[in-house]
Amino acid sequence: MITGIKKVQLDREWIFFGLIGAVLLLAPTLLSEFRLNLLAKFLTYAIIAIGIDLLWGYGGMLSLGQGVFFGLGAYSMAMYLKLEAAGGELPDFMVWSGLTELPFFWKPFHNFWFALGAAVIIPAMVAALTGFVIFRSRIRGVYFSILTQALALIVTILLIGQQPYTGGTNGITNFSTVFGFSLADSSTQTVLYFITVICLGCIYLFCRWLTNSRFGKIMIAIRDAENRIRFCGYNPVMFKAFIFAFSACLAGLAGALFVPQVGIISPAMIGVVPSIEMVIWVAVGGRGTLYGAVLGALLVNGAKSYLSESFPDAWLYLLGLLFIAVVLLIPDGMVGLFRRLRKNQKTTWYSPSGVVIQMRSHAEFS
Amino acid sequence: MDVWLLQIFNSLSVSSILLLIALGLAITFGLMNVINMAHGELIMIGAYVTYVVQIVFARYAVRSFELYYLVAIPISFLVAAFVGFLLERGLIRFLYGRPLDTLLATWGISLILQQIARDIFGAPNVEVSTPHWLKGGLELLDGLQLPYNRIFIIVLAIVCLISIYFYMYRSASGCKMRAVVQNRAMAACLGIPTSKVDAYTFAIGSGLAGVAGCALCLLGPIGPSIGTYYIVDAFMVVVLGGVGKLIGTFAAAVVIGVLNTTFEFGSTATMGKVLALLMVMAFLQWRPSGLVSLKVRTLD
Repeated sequence: MITGIKKVQLDREWIFFGLIGAVLLLAPTLLSEFRLNLLAKFLTYAIIAIGIDLLWGYGGMLSLGQGVFFGLGAYSMAMYLKLEAAGGELPDFMVWSGLTELPFFWKPFHNFWFALGAAVIIPAMVAALTGFVIFRSRIRGVYFSILTQALALIVTILLIGQQPYTGGTNGITNFSTVFGFSLADSSTQTVLYFITVICLGCIYLFCRWLTNSRFGKIMIAIRDAENRIRFCGYNPVMFKAFIFAFSACLAGLAGALFVPQVGIISPAMIGVVPSIEMVIWVAVGGRGTLYGAVLGALLVNGAKSYLSESFPDAWLYLLGLLFIAVVLLIPDGMVGLFRRLRKNQKTTWYSPSGVVIQMRSHAEFS
Repeated sequence: MDVWLLQIFNSLSVSSILLLIALGLAITFGLMNVINMAHGELIMIGAYVTYVVQIVFARYAVRSFELYYLVAIPISFLVAAFVGFLLERGLIRFLYGRPLDTLLATWGISLILQQIARDIFGAPNVEVSTPHWLKGGLELLDGLQLPYNRIFIIVLAIVCLISIYFYMYRSASGCKMRAVVQNRAMAACLGIPTSKVDAYTFAIGSGLAGVAGCALCLLGPIGPSIGTYYIVDAFMVVVLGGVGKLIGTFAAAVVIGVLNTTFEFGSTATMGKVLALLMVMAFLQWRPSGLVSLKVRTLD
């Protein structure tokens, strides 16, 4: 009986996934260049959201510092693009700050593959290190959130303070080419869009497999009762540090995809405030369901760009109300809301033994 | 010699500011375990109240204008406390026991309060004039001047700390407050109206944020995002100090203040702040529950 239900649900999910994939692949023919660029930007955000969902929805760790990892990835890619735009000369903002030669840590970023690797590996290393240090001393829950928030603050202060090396408050901008292709070209942007879609698809499938695997089960167990997992002989520290590093990896990759499409990265885009906004995408979509995170990132950002075009002042009120409404009214996000509306009854859950049990709302896990 | 005196004074000054902004948080976060991300905006409210009081005095009581600041302190406390009271009754009481959700919801509140401030007072910063008797400074040695406004903030922070101590440990309602924090069920059995106590406790914490905002007016212009600027610092003080003890908050404010100014002296201002925050994170390795903490035996 269970396998039957599972199969129907699986089929439905695959059809859904296929439909979304088809729409995304057809989008370049349907949307204007500007809208396509916007969609591509939102898709990079969706990649961050998947990372946050793994960390928060499955691992129970709410990071308020995802912007940092996004920023590390974005800055790595921006450094490469800037060097290519400068064409062998010193980047303009360094000249303005009075530097006479390229700082040593900028030099390897002449190489595209190094920059791409750095965009993924540096965030992962930073997260693994801070994560290990934090989890080892059994800091968790809100304390983890506050420490990651402090991390976001530290990195922003550093980026602004080290103006000659990072471009300060203005960030890094004015790129021209990637790999020799002009960034202003619509065909380059379309290719970048497809790369983003493919990355998002692969990441979604991988994370789906990961959360359904044995590893995913341990993750959920850590979220629900970390001490019991410890007593069972597992070491949660390594698991948690790994998830944190992996989510940072995704955020870094998103940053690397973001920069060539948007053409700028600055501390204002990665600081404390954007990092918290990233969390709301996942909360709106629905925690603990990967497609909820994607949905949330697209919905919130779509609403944001629509509303801030039409009513620039009202957007902050609406965003504020959104935070409150999601927490009070739909703690399990849009996905939970759909589920409730569709069934119009209490959601049921099949336990491994086949007994129908009541599903707990995700709010209880936090 | 005077370099050292100045260093010590600067450390004290930074510590007193940190203490002021963190005292309210030590109550709402430390005691009640509510992650109030809108704490910074309560500070902002205190600052704007001071600004309004100043305008009112300049218009209707020019003769006693110099005294406006002394009036502004209790008014900022009351206004911020009232906003905090509304916040607790209207939102936070539905979220007890869900700290991460509280974090999100109060962040929403903070966005809304900031936008309200922007709509009322405009996005640019506004200037609050320091009263005449706080201008200038105390001439200790040649070329060594301790500004009166900084000395005033140090005194204000100490007064706040002492009053909170007396309220918490020497008054009947403070005793009820501690009882509710330590064992809610038992307190309720003994007839303490716990939800009322929650509301008052939260209001007092918010009021202290208002006083902090009032103090910040002496240091520079104030704007809608003044709260976001201080909120992380405030949280770090409370986390380093350990939850639930005033003495911890005090010690943490002093430690971070001293670290900040010392590192700043040795390098640049930004590096000073970064190094201080890194030191705090490193220290938590050694004592994860902060400098001073209540010993408990519960695990989950």
